[in-house]
Amino acid sequence: MSAYISLFKMRLMQGLQYQVAAFAGVLTQFFWGFMYIMIYQAFYQSTTNVQPISLHQLIVVVWLQQSFLALIMLWFRDNEIISLILKGDIAYELCRPADLYGFWYSRLIAQRLSSALLRFVPILLVASLLPYPYRFSLPDNVITFLLFLITLFLGLIIVVAISMLIYISMFYTLSGVGSLLIFGVLGEFLSGLIIPVPLMPHSLKIIVYLLPFRYCSDLPFRIYAGNIGYHEAILSIFAQIFWIILLFLIGKLWIKKALKRVVIQGG
Amino acid sequence: MKLYFKYLSILLRSQMQYRTSFILLSIGQFFVPFSIFISMYLLFQRFDHIGGWNLYEVALCYAIIHIGFSVSECFARGFDAFPSYVVKGEFDRILVRPRSTVLQVLGARFEFSRIGRFSQSIIVMIYALINLSIEWDFIKIITLLFMILSGVIIFTGVYMLGATLSFWTIQGIEAINIVTDGGREMSQYPLTIYKDWVKKFFTFIIPFGTVNYLPLMYILDKTNGNDYFYMVIPLFGMLFIIPSLMIWKFGVKHYKSTGS
Repeated sequence: MSAYISLFKMRLMQGLQYQVAAFAGVLTQFFWGFMYIMIYQAFYQSTTNVQPISLHQLIVVVWLQQSFLALIMLWFRDNEIISLILKGDIAYELCRPADLYGFWYSRLIAQRLSSALLRFVPILLVASLLPYPYRFSLPDNVITFLLFLITLFLGLIIVVAISMLIYISMFYTLSGVGSLLIFGVLGEFLSGLIIPVPLMPHSLKIIVYLLPFRYCSDLPFRIYAGNIGYHEAILSIFAQIFWIILLFLIGKLWIKKALKRVVIQGG
Repeated sequence: MKLYFKYLSILLRSQMQYRTSFILLSIGQFFVPFSIFISMYLLFQRFDHIGGWNLYEVALCYAIIHIGFSVSECFARGFDAFPSYVVKGEFDRILVRPRSTVLQVLGARFEFSRIGRFSQSIIVMIYALINLSIEWDFIKIITLLFMILSGVIIFTGVYMLGATLSFWTIQGIEAINIVTDGGREMSQYPLTIYKDWVKKFFTFIIPFGTVNYLPLMYILDKTNGNDYFYMVIPLFGMLFIIPSLMIWKFGVKHYKSTGS
């Protein structure tokens, strides 16, 4: 275990070096946040019907999405792992006295964390200083906040487990870009990053609730915004744990199978 | 010009060597924006209009900006990938050749897989046009063509500006995406829904508003003023390429090689 932890630490420190990139990222995220808010605002103005999520809650969700993007995006891709598989350097990885799944997993999770750590503080800080409709606010009480932290953390574990499956699939396809793109878009859509889950039509919502994607971003953010109550939140934590166990099992079994017939790409 | 087509055919043939990868990438390129359109469609199931524009009107807005974007991404991708040339010192090679730098950078890269995004936008446009009852006349058709052309030219200009920036710094250069990707996403809705400063920025500084929003007001009969004024607006937008070219030339003059 300590090998994974030290790898995790190393990657984390490495990622924290990229501060200018992080600054550019913060700017971009801000822009997108503002844009989404203005679009939703215009939509909400066009109707007097009560929506399943209030505009203010939606704005809080948007800011959380933008600031924790690195934790929730499926396509957060590690080009090094891709080239390991495609160019045959995977051979070195296999020589290490460590389990490949755990090795890559800790590396991926560290990258996401370091990237998010550099970005979320400035975004949320500035967003909470904005004038009223745009303002990011604190949750109603401590319990909500704790539930948010727990679900966000479990959600991160799920995202990385899903992305591990994508990397493992590259042992078979050997060309990641196209399938990664399609997978990424689908996952993004089903996790409510393109259209918020509460605003989806009913039939689509049912599908979304049956899949793991929404448990990574939609769940924690709506808990924070006060759109999901305690009862549902606690039930969802069990759903998250179920998905984590399932995804780990699939991943471990699949990588074992893939490595049995792995072809080292020469050169 | 002949040289440009030569570049074009060479790169087309080279990308066709990896056919499966090309097809997959094109399909991916189809679905990325398509998911955005789907979400737009779903939002309109819940809300009737946005800023007084209905689904089909916004769909037309969306289609035009995405056509402009996909065409420029296919043909002006060289500028988008340019920072890596500067980092590796490969720009030196371009400088010593007796042809214009713009032509060579343009010719260095074509992304034909953008056909996916392009066809997606065309489908959305047809969908919008079928459902809208526009009385077409010659002037409106010309205006529509101008709009698309103006989109291509403005996006190309923005890529050029981004590439020019890399002569001075390559750090944080992805902030230019705010203008390219961000501008595209913003102007897929009519600019009228945004705050005033946003509207002004995307009309007078980076003129995406002249690509779809303003001339569409004329095509969709939302104006109550001089039609001809709205008709020529896309032409004004195209002027954006002139300062972009000048800044590019200025950048080239000040280029210092990394030497490796």
